[in-house]
Amino acid sequence: MKTNGFKGWLYLLPAILFLGIFMIYPLVDVIVYSFEEGYNFASQSFFGYGLYNFSYVLHDPFFLQAVKNTFIIVMITVPVSTGISLLISLGLNSIKPLKELFQTIFFLPYVTNTLAVGLVFMILFKKTAYSDGLMNLLINAFGGSSVDFIDGPYWAKITVMCIYTVWIVMPFKILILTSALAGVKQDYYNAAKVDGTSRFRTFYKITLPMISPMIFYLVITGFIGAFKAYSDEVAIFGTNLNAAGMNTIVGYVYDMLYGDSGGYPSYASAASLILFAIVFTITVINLMISKKNVQY
Amino acid sequence: MKVVLKNLTKRFPNRNKKIHEDVIAVNDFSFEIPDGQLIGLLGPSGCGKSTTLNMISGLEKPTSGRIFFGDDDVTEVPAENRGVGLVFQNYALYPHLTVRNNILFPLQNLKGENRLSKEVMNQKAEEAAKMVQISEYMDRKPSELSGGQQQRVAIARALVKMPRILLLDEPLSNLDARLRLQTREELRRIQRETGITTVFVTHDQEEAMSISDMIVVMKDGILQQIGKPQEVYDHPVNLFVAKFLGTPAINVFAGSVRDGKLYMGDDAVMDVPGVADRDVHVGIRPEAFIPDENGPFKARLSRIEVMGRDTSVLSEHPAFEGRTIRSIIDSDDEVKTKDGYVLFSLKPNKVHIFDKETELVIEREAQ
Repeated sequence: MKTNGFKGWLYLLPAILFLGIFMIYPLVDVIVYSFEEGYNFASQSFFGYGLYNFSYVLHDPFFLQAVKNTFIIVMITVPVSTGISLLISLGLNSIKPLKELFQTIFFLPYVTNTLAVGLVFMILFKKTAYSDGLMNLLINAFGGSSVDFIDGPYWAKITVMCIYTVWIVMPFKILILTSALAGVKQDYYNAAKVDGTSRFRTFYKITLPMISPMIFYLVITGFIGAFKAYSDEVAIFGTNLNAAGMNTIVGYVYDMLYGDSGGYPSYASAASLILFAIVFTITVINLMISKKNVQY
Repeated sequence: MKVVLKNLTKRFPNRNKKIHEDVIAVNDFSFEIPDGQLIGLLGPSGCGKSTTLNMISGLEKPTSGRIFFGDDDVTEVPAENRGVGLVFQNYALYPHLTVRNNILFPLQNLKGENRLSKEVMNQKAEEAAKMVQISEYMDRKPSELSGGQQQRVAIARALVKMPRILLLDEPLSNLDARLRLQTREELRRIQRETGITTVFVTHDQEEAMSISDMIVVMKDGILQQIGKPQEVYDHPVNLFVAKFLGTPAINVFAGSVRDGKLYMGDDAVMDVPGVADRDVHVGIRPEAFIPDENGPFKARLSRIEVMGRDTSVLSEHPAFEGRTIRSIIDSDDEVKTKDGYVLFSLKPNKVHIFDKETELVIEREAQ
């Protein structure tokens, strides 16, 4: 038995080594950084340990703006994208002809480059000296006046951001949900049909509980993904997100490290630990809710 | 409730798209199920019995033909309005609901004036659960029950709304041998108690024979024979039915009729008055053989298996179409061999002769 234990550790060694060097050490380092006050990038020296970095970050208006933006995007896009994906998946699941074609079409955004899509959204929404953009043409057609979605008011920008995020995260959700729906055995539907179950009740009482594990999986990963959003914002508003007022928490971390105002790994570490705390809390809450609702 | 099927036909487009000819699952199927009876739909896999059941339930639409419940033509009535209870082969219990909620489910579907109060619903669910003896498991999930218990829950769920007709698709095939025996008795009892016309599908002839009031034998979508189990067993209309019913299976020989006598090889084994000369298949039930030193049927003995209650005699005969003839005799009877041969006389009513070409039974005059 003893040699077995030794062998076991031996086999685990490569994985432990890699994980230790590339995951655990950086994680610990981030925590250490976040408590080092007055860290100087050039001389690699610091004054002492304390909570000043956290205090600085939490009082930084740019960080607070980033937190606000992130929360708005998360709270809107996760439920909306999951809901729409569910509707589309239900539709896909109930059609027979051209099903494969539609599945492919709905999956296309997933394999498209974020920045390329961002460019397309710019064309759709941006108001320039030459053109108001396609969206504004539509708004004008319904009698509204043009809005600058990219450089205009906050609500316009956050709207574009949400639409974009929903659009970009849906393909994966549709993929997961269509396969989850296809996995519900026809017998359950037949049984429900013979018993005279209405369509709504069949959906609510049979389909939904059956695919609930997948829905919760999507919600949890959706929350985590949306909290970590950054590239999507860059794709639409460019790299200077603080100026656009559209920064996210991860964007703030990036700026603190490498941006024009960068060179503060301690602030970046503190911000990312705060993000970690938020994501962790939300995920725990999610898991608690899902434990209550996913019943098998 | 009487169920009448009239010229029921179901065609499916061929799965292989290169073949344009449809697959005929059920072909011009007509029969009548009297009120309150337990009917076994019996046939080998792929004979269309499940399709027939699904057409009665309304889950499949017949290509042509009519279905009547009593005097109502329900052919165009969707499944949800037919008032049938259906038990699926794999039970299809909702895994996320407790036994109680599974049983309550059909009742909760009722709308408008049919809607029952909560107390009545609960009471009905309790009654149904009691009928199938699962009252103590009401608050468990299906995954916490054994196969047999799940089966009972499925039956309770089908019964709770007092269906006009109860349909069971291979109800016992997922149970082990012992439980199967027990559950089929249960099924019989429940059917007797409720008096609901019940149709069940099975490929197990023993199962069908043991509990059905009537059995319906199907092959390749075509009805072969309907009747009381014993009747069908004793008077099969063709070779298929004769072979399909009975364990051990009937022994089939090549034979011929000459001058009112049945010949197997060179031996005349039996008188068959009134039958014209021709080549025939001879089907002899295992229990038709009586050891008899002066018997006309002579076979080379290969082995004797003693089973306790009775004895199996395994033997060989040149005219036999299989490999080993299996005859079952009383364990008290002594098997005497002569030069390695064993002699039998035959019970005429256990011997059936079939036309060589059509495989239809040849009626013969009573002896």
